[in-house]
Amino acid sequence: MHIDLRTVSIKPLRHTFDNVARRIGSDKPASRYQEGTLDMQQTANFHYRPTWDPEHAIYDASRSAIVMADWYAFKDPRQFYYGAYTLTRARQQDTAESNFDFVENRGLAATLPEPLRDTVLKLLLPLRHVAWGSNMNNASVCAYSYGTGFSQPHIYQAMDQLGIAQYITRVGLVLGDVDALDEAKRAWMEDDTWQGLRRFVEDSFVIKDPFELFVVQNVVLDGLMYPLVYDTIIDEVLSSQGGTPVAMLTQFMTDWYAETRKWVDATVKIAAAESPANKEVLAAWLSAWRDRAAAALLPVARIGLADQTDEVMGEIVLQFNARMAKAGVAI
Amino acid sequence: MDMQVAKKKLGLKERYAVMTRGLDWTPSYQKMEDIYPYMAYEGIKIHDWDKWEDPFRLTMDSYWKYQAEKERKLYAIIDAFAQNNGHLNVTDARYINTLKLFISGISPLEYVAHRGFAHAGRAFPGAGPRVACLMQSLDEIRHAQTQVHAISNYNKYYNGMHDFHHMHDRVWFLSVPKSFFDDAITAGPFEFMVSIGFSFEYVLTNLLFVPFVSGAAYNGDMGTMTFGFSAQSDEARHMTLGLEVIKFILEQDPANVPIVQRWIDKWTWRGYRVLTLVAMMMDYMLPKRTMSWKEAWEVYFEENGGALFKDLARYGITMPKCAEQIALEKDHLSHQAWSTFYNYAAAANFHTWMPDEDEMTWLSSKYPESFDKLYRPRYEFWREQAAKGNRFYSKTLPMLCQTCQIPMVFTEPGEPTKICYREVDYKGDKYHFCSDPCKQIFEHEPEKYIQAWLPVQQIYQGNCFPEGTDPTVEGFDALAAVLKYYNLENGRDNLDFDISEDKKNFAEWRGQATKNI
Repeated sequence: MHIDLRTVSIKPLRHTFDNVARRIGSDKPASRYQEGTLDMQQTANFHYRPTWDPEHAIYDASRSAIVMADWYAFKDPRQFYYGAYTLTRARQQDTAESNFDFVENRGLAATLPEPLRDTVLKLLLPLRHVAWGSNMNNASVCAYSYGTGFSQPHIYQAMDQLGIAQYITRVGLVLGDVDALDEAKRAWMEDDTWQGLRRFVEDSFVIKDPFELFVVQNVVLDGLMYPLVYDTIIDEVLSSQGGTPVAMLTQFMTDWYAETRKWVDATVKIAAAESPANKEVLAAWLSAWRDRAAAALLPVARIGLADQTDEVMGEIVLQFNARMAKAGVAI
Repeated sequence: MDMQVAKKKLGLKERYAVMTRGLDWTPSYQKMEDIYPYMAYEGIKIHDWDKWEDPFRLTMDSYWKYQAEKERKLYAIIDAFAQNNGHLNVTDARYINTLKLFISGISPLEYVAHRGFAHAGRAFPGAGPRVACLMQSLDEIRHAQTQVHAISNYNKYYNGMHDFHHMHDRVWFLSVPKSFFDDAITAGPFEFMVSIGFSFEYVLTNLLFVPFVSGAAYNGDMGTMTFGFSAQSDEARHMTLGLEVIKFILEQDPANVPIVQRWIDKWTWRGYRVLTLVAMMMDYMLPKRTMSWKEAWEVYFEENGGALFKDLARYGITMPKCAEQIALEKDHLSHQAWSTFYNYAAAANFHTWMPDEDEMTWLSSKYPESFDKLYRPRYEFWREQAAKGNRFYSKTLPMLCQTCQIPMVFTEPGEPTKICYREVDYKGDKYHFCSDPCKQIFEHEPEKYIQAWLPVQQIYQGNCFPEGTDPTVEGFDALAAVLKYYNLENGRDNLDFDISEDKKNFAEWRGQATKNI
C-alpha cells in the first residue's frame, strides 16, 4: 500500500551551488560529499605569499611534480565528508570497544602462550611510532597539497593514524603495561631490527612534495606493512597459534586498511591516467620507495615469521606490484 | 595457574600521556631543523615542549563517538528543516541576507582555518600542540561543511549565495575577511596560533560566530541555529587551545612577550575591522535584534576581554592600545558600514534597505549619542529619495585601506563628521589607510602588505573583467563587466531589498504555505 503524505511543495530556483553544477554538468541535486568538497579551497586572488614559503602561493599546485589539469579529478570513492567520516569511524569504534571488552572481561590476554604474547609486544608496539609518523605525514599532505578533493582525505587519514597509534597503545596495556611501551620505544630508538624502518620514517618527514609523501606513506609503506603485519602475521600466522584474541584487538586496523586502500588505489589510478609524465614520476617514486620499505620491513617481519620471512615478503611485494599495475603503474 | 602480577593502574592524565606524548620520539636520522623548518624565523623561543599543558584530553575513539552523535542529530534537523520548508519560518526575508554574508564571507574562512591548523599542527615539534591543532583542523572542516550543508537549502530558494566560493575570491568587500585569513595563514605558525587560536577564537568569537547563531535563533532559523549550537562544544575546545597556546609561549621565554604583545595588538585590530560586517548585521540586518553592536562590544570585549587581559598582566601582556580607539568608534561603526553598503548595493551579493520607523526608534535608543544626530537625518533623506524613485546606487569605486581593505569611510576617532585618512610613502608608491592601527600594521611589515590584492585597484588595472573583455570599446559598462566577473546576477543578487525577487517570492511562498489560496 502506498500512503500519500502531503507537504507544501515549492519549486526551487536552483538545485545546488553554481560551482557544483558546473562540475557535475548541470543544475541537479548534489550529494553532501559534492557540496562539502568541490571548490572548497580558495583558488584565486591570494593576498600575500606565505612568509614560511615565499616561493609558493598559499595553495599551490606546483608544490608537486604531479601535474593535473583539474585537481578535483580526485574523488574519494568512500565519499567522505566530515559527517560520513565520523559516523563510519564511530561504528568501527563500537566494534573495537566490544572486542576490547570481550578480550579483557574473559581474561583472554592471560590465555595467550607466553612466546606469542612476547612476539606481539615486540612486533606491534613499536608500530605505534610508525602510526604517529604517519599522522604527521598526512597532516603535511593535508596542509600543503592542492584542491580539497585530494587534501581532504588526508586529514581523515592523519586522525585515523593517531587513532591506530592509540589502539596499539591500548593493546600494549592489555597484553603488557607501561613498561612494555617503554621497552618498545627503546627498541624503536636503538635496536637494529627497527633502525631501517625508523630511518625510512624520518626520511619521509623531510619530503616536500605532497603527492610524493602520499605515495611514500599511504601507498608504499602502508601498502606493504598492513598486509604483512595485520593480514599475514596477526590474522594468519599468530591466529593459527592461538593468537585470535590479538586479531580481535587489531580488527580496526585490518578493516581500516581494507577500506582506505580503495581510496589510495583510486587516487593513484587518477594521477597515472592523467598523463604519461605523471605515470613516469609515480613509477620512479613507487619503485624506489618500495625497495627501501621492503628492506626496512624485512627485520621487522622476521619477528613474526622467522624462516618464512623472505618468502612471505617476496609474496607481499609481488602483490603490491600487481596492485599498482592494476592502478595503472607498472613497477 | 600463574598469579598475574597486578598492572600499574594509569590515571587519566598518565593514560592520555601514553596515548599522545608517548608516541613521539627525538629523531636522529634527520635534523630537527629540517623536519621542523618553520620553528625559528619568527623569533619565538621554546625551551621545553613538554611543559605544554594539554588543554583537553580527548583520544580519537571518544572524539569519533561524541562527534558522530552530534552529526547524527544535526543532519536529522537539517533534513527536517528542508522537508518542512523551514526557510519560510524566518521572521522576514531580509533575514536571509545575513546568511548570504555568512556563507560568502565566513564559511570559506572555516576552510582556511582547517588548512591552517593542519599546517600549524605539522609545524610544531611538540606532540601535545600537534594533537590539539590537528583535532581543531578536523573540527574546522566540519564547520565549513555543516555550514554549506545547512545553507544549501536556502540557496535553492534565494539569490546571492549561488556561487559563494567564486565570489569569496573576487567580490570587493569579501576581500576584507579573505585578506584577514590570508594574512594569518601566511604568517609563521606561532603568529597563526596567536591570530586565529587566541585573538580570533578566544577573544573575538563571541562577537563573530555567536551573533550569527543567536541571530538565527531569534529569527526562527532552525537550520543555521542548529549548526551553531552543534559547533558550540568544538568552539569551547578551540578557545581552551587558544588560551593554552598564549600562556605556553609566554611562559617559555621573556623574550617572547614583546613579540606576542605586538601580535595581540595587530590581530585584535585586524579582527575588529572584520567585525565591521558583523556590527552592521546585528544593528541592521536582523529583523529581530539580539543586542546592539555596541552592547555586544561592551559585554564581550570590554568586560570579558578586560578580565582576560587582567589575567594576562602577570606575563607582562597589556590590553591592546587599539581598544581605546574601538571604544570611540562603537557609536558609529555599524551606521557607517550600513551606509556604505546601502550605497554600493549594486555591487554586493546581498540586498540593503532603509530601516523602518520602529527600527529607527530602536537605533536611537541603543545609540543615543550618535544616531538621531548623525545618521537618522541621512537615512530619512535617502528614504525620501527612494520614495521619489531616486534610490541611489554609487557606481564609482571607493579608495580602500591597504591593510584592512575596507573603503575609507571611517571617521576620525572622536570627530564623527571628518573622514579619517592616513598615508605612507613606500618605495616610490603611496599607500592609504583608514586608521592609525592599520597604518602601523603596514609599517611593521610593508613587504607583506604591499602584496595585497585590492579589489578597486584590480578593477582599474583591468583584472576584474571576464576573459576576452575589451574595455576600450565605446559605451563599455565597467560595472556590468565586473558583475559578470563576480558571477553576480544584476537585478537578482544585488540592489535594494524592496524590489528584490527574494522579497516577492518569500511573500508568495509564505502565503502558499499558510493560506488556502
